Amino acid sequence: MTSENAVEVTNLTKHFNGLVAVNNISFEVKNSELFGFLGPNGAGKTTTIRMLTGVIKPDKGSASIFGYDVVKQGLKARQLMGIVPEMSNAYVDLSAWNNLMLVGGLYGVNKNQRTERATSLLKKFDLYERRNQLVKGFSKGMKQKLLLCMALISDPQILFLDEPTSGLDVESQRLIKDMVREFNANGTTVFLTTHNMEEANQLCDRVAIINRGKIAEIDSPEKVRQQSCGLQTIEISFDNPVNAEDLLKLPSVNGANKMGDKLRLCVDDTGAAIDALVDYARSKKLNIISLNTLAPSLEDVFLQLVKES
Amino acid sequence: MGEKVMGKNISWNQFKRSLFIVQKNIHIYYSKGPVIIFGLLMPFFLFLSFYIGRDMPIEALIPGLLGMTAFFTATSTGPAIVPWEARAKTLERLISSPVSLRTIFLGDVISSFLFGLLISVFPVIASLLIGVEIVYPLILVLGVVLSTFCFAAFSILLSAYPPTDNPSTIMMLSSMIKFPLVFISGIFIPLEQLPIWGRTVSSISPLTYFTDLARYAIQGKSYYPFEVNFLVLIAFTIAFLVLAIKIHEHTIQKRL
Repeated sequence: MTSENAVEVTNLTKHFNGLVAVNNISFEVKNSELFGFLGPNGAGKTTTIRMLTGVIKPDKGSASIFGYDVVKQGLKARQLMGIVPEMSNAYVDLSAWNNLMLVGGLYGVNKNQRTERATSLLKKFDLYERRNQLVKGFSKGMKQKLLLCMALISDPQILFLDEPTSGLDVESQRLIKDMVREFNANGTTVFLTTHNMEEANQLCDRVAIINRGKIAEIDSPEKVRQQSCGLQTIEISFDNPVNAEDLLKLPSVNGANKMGDKLRLCVDDTGAAIDALVDYARSKKLNIISLNTLAPSLEDVFLQLVKES
Repeated sequence: MGEKVMGKNISWNQFKRSLFIVQKNIHIYYSKGPVIIFGLLMPFFLFLSFYIGRDMPIEALIPGLLGMTAFFTATSTGPAIVPWEARAKTLERLISSPVSLRTIFLGDVISSFLFGLLISVFPVIASLLIGVEIVYPLILVLGVVLSTFCFAAFSILLSAYPPTDNPSTIMMLSSMIKFPLVFISGIFIPLEQLPIWGRTVSSISPLTYFTDLARYAIQGKSYYPFEVNFLVLIAFTIAFLVLAIKIHEHTIQKRL
């Protein structure tokens, strides 16, 4: 079975003890896309990923991985996945090597390929020298790198990464991000949940923002920033003082603050606001000394969307 | 998850994958404290307390010793695995892998079975070394293999409810079921010497049929015909497997 989309989610819903954790969400992730799933704690990110990876069953709706329904064709769907869960779940009483051999075996990878891939991955993640050590002696960063090796041993078509860099030192974070980029560049679809807006901004082709079980926005990080209403800012200065309240009457301008010799304006539509400002300057015979547009950070947008929803 | 695994290839692939679960269980669980205590030490001391000071021919004791060894060892690993894995979150790893629940539990049954079989060999060898003559050796071998598999399936049923992630809870609860079964299964008193109500109660225990079978193989006499013992053990095995899978399918979500 082939599908243009790596993930297709339709009206997915999950309740726990009468409370809705995921509320009728629908979205798609394209093949080879690096897709970010953002949201505050308890927003429904991990519940969504656990439904997609077959750990828990949805109450309503459906989801498919490369065309395979995650409930009805779970074995086929899970065969295509590599998973790094939120909480480390390598076997601490097994060595790194035996963990990889176990996971490779569960995915039906033959012995030669298991050995070859395990060696290559452990070397790539700088764990090869520790391969025979029990995982209980590993640091958090080492465990996280091992989880990524375990997710990649089957050469998956899609990687599910639940907060993969959370709590790691800068070096480990960078290594994991570089590896994620590399595997994505080689065609692996990546579904990434994160709290870290900068990480999502750096890595993702598209992001979805989920809050209280509902999706608030889906688009590329740049478009999400641009589309956000009320968060676009223009900084302008004129050659003569201007009353900030006059500028509030201009179209698209819904906020104006004096910042030293400049005025910072909150606008809905940057283009319309600039046109209005130019017309205003002409009509008042003012010269514009400087004009800068300031896009909001993804974090600003995230906070706004979370607040609104 | 709840899907039916159909087709020869899928079944064979799933069987091969269950053997990786067996390897993992052998590495991790055979040396766990509760497995050693409940599987080896407790039955050993129970047997010693029964044997010391009693004037019985060794041939009469061996079936009981063999029954206890097979029963306690084959049921010691199974109950620990699922709660242990639920607590360590590794159960979630198995469930998100391309293996069915049946494959996971088949792996658990096989690893419990192998542990029981491995340890049960020792009393058989010890019997031969001290000169006990086994009347029907083939029946003894088949009986040990079938009953340890039956007890291993029983151990997976013991872990199915309650759906806890606390291994000691399950180990305690399973001991509360296992110990009474030892006392009603003709291990300490042969079935023919039990009152009618005792024989009726003993018929609900799978251990009864193995002890009787071992007695037939070693002493040449038994309460039930040996064919009946085999058939009942097969029926118990099937019932335990079906029930264990059904209950686990029902409760597994509560462990995740």
